[in-house]
Amino acid sequence: MADFLLNALLAGLALALVAGPLGSFVVWRRMAYFGDTLAHAALLGVALGLLLEVSLTLTVVVGCVLLAVLLVFLQQRQPLASDTLLGILAPSTLSLGLVTLSFMKNVRVDLMGYLFGDLLAVGSNDLAWILGGSALVLALLVLLWRPLLAITVHEELAQVEGLPVAGIRLALMLLIAVVIAVAMKIVGVLLITSLLIVPAAAAQRHARTPEEMAVGASLLGVVAVCAGLSLSWIEDTPAGPSIVVAAATLFLVSLALPRRLGR
Amino acid sequence: MSDSLISLEGVRVRFDGKDMLQDVNLAVRQGEIVTLIGPNGAGKTTLVRVVLGLLKPDAGRVRRQPQLRIGYMPQKLHVDATLPLTVLRFLRLVPCVDRARAETALAEVGAPQVIDSPLQRISGGELQRVLLARALLRQPQLLVLDEPVQGVDIAGQAELYRLIGQLRDRYGCGVLMVSHDLHLVMSATDQVVCLNHHVCCSGHPEQVSGDPAFLELFGQGARSLALYQHHHDHAHDLHGSVVRKPHVHGPDCNHG
Repeated sequence: MADFLLNALLAGLALALVAGPLGSFVVWRRMAYFGDTLAHAALLGVALGLLLEVSLTLTVVVGCVLLAVLLVFLQQRQPLASDTLLGILAPSTLSLGLVTLSFMKNVRVDLMGYLFGDLLAVGSNDLAWILGGSALVLALLVLLWRPLLAITVHEELAQVEGLPVAGIRLALMLLIAVVIAVAMKIVGVLLITSLLIVPAAAAQRHARTPEEMAVGASLLGVVAVCAGLSLSWIEDTPAGPSIVVAAATLFLVSLALPRRLGR
Repeated sequence: MSDSLISLEGVRVRFDGKDMLQDVNLAVRQGEIVTLIGPNGAGKTTLVRVVLGLLKPDAGRVRRQPQLRIGYMPQKLHVDATLPLTVLRFLRLVPCVDRARAETALAEVGAPQVIDSPLQRISGGELQRVLLARALLRQPQLLVLDEPVQGVDIAGQAELYRLIGQLRDRYGCGVLMVSHDLHLVMSATDQVVCLNHHVCCSGHPEQVSGDPAFLELFGQGARSLALYQHHHDHAHDLHGSVVRKPHVHGPDCNHG
């Protein structure tokens, strides 16, 4: 197998494994649009990284976190609903990123690569970042699993029972930001949320416990990555969108299958 | 008062420049049931949030017994329909709870049959009992119940209040609960605190129901409502079926 294909496969599989449990929380906590907004802000992070000539992964994570903090601040200060605020912030940050990039005449940027991913161009350095980031996020998810579930069920109840709710919520936001930074290379900022949400939504109908849904979502993500990459390899389709199409197909299949007993 | 589990002195909470709570004093002792009543928007839930430590008062003191374990039963629980969570799993979100302990707690609140049901599929009354079971699993010294009988039919409400009284007797914990059901609360409580941004009156139920401040707040209708006492010749079990009690003939009986 060609090196670039092996790199792509490993990167995609690592992302799929992490996206399962994290995407489940995004679905349970209704954060889909929030994740999408963070992903849009990632492009601004890319622009800032190029401008300051520092690691793009770092600036993307920092950019996402700053945006999340800004969102919380705006939610508390004025009466617009969260989806309106997200609808303002998502295109604004994406546009600001594009405008900033256009000012940098001496930097050549593969814009399509950032928007839709360039999985087949994942180098060994990128791969190390992706594997490391995924492993870190997965470990933290396992560690924080019960507290995360507890605040998803009822935040105040969790707080009365002694959990540091604000800290756990911030941790979840950071995990999403890290995954976005990692996934940007693979599926691009415009398609990241689909990789979080679609496998989790497909697993949801057939899961009886939170863990079943998380693991199921990971497995479906793995299948989607393999199928999408195969399609891309055989038919020369773009890799990121092919993976998303495969995931969406799995979702449709899951709708067609009967629910398991006991639900 | 040193034997109080929790005591509030001169607590004041402001929202948007208005006093939501002003100069509120409140104490809950071990083994005592204190009921907060008051009209909608009187600040009952705000006061509960201060007691729970979820809200810091703008003025006044809150004293909790060191390491006080609080069991909290929130007013409502909304779990997203996409989260596959059984009642057992919900109870196991409390650390160190296994199936046996969850079964015991559910049996205690009279809802053992729902243990493997999805949380979103059980009835309102069953959900209240499950929430109570979760509060009990913390082995609380203080139970805080925010409208514990919400969404429960009248027979079930009386049953739940009776259950809360039994739990207090068994565990010797203090209970602070919020209610706006005067009629049912009066018989199930040691102390009533009548709240309308400040404490209008407080004391023993009979004492409070005759208090002019209470009557002003709830209208004259409240008097008959609060003092209306009657007896049935039957009771209901947890499933609502009638359980006959032997009828004792009184002087006014004109039958048989």
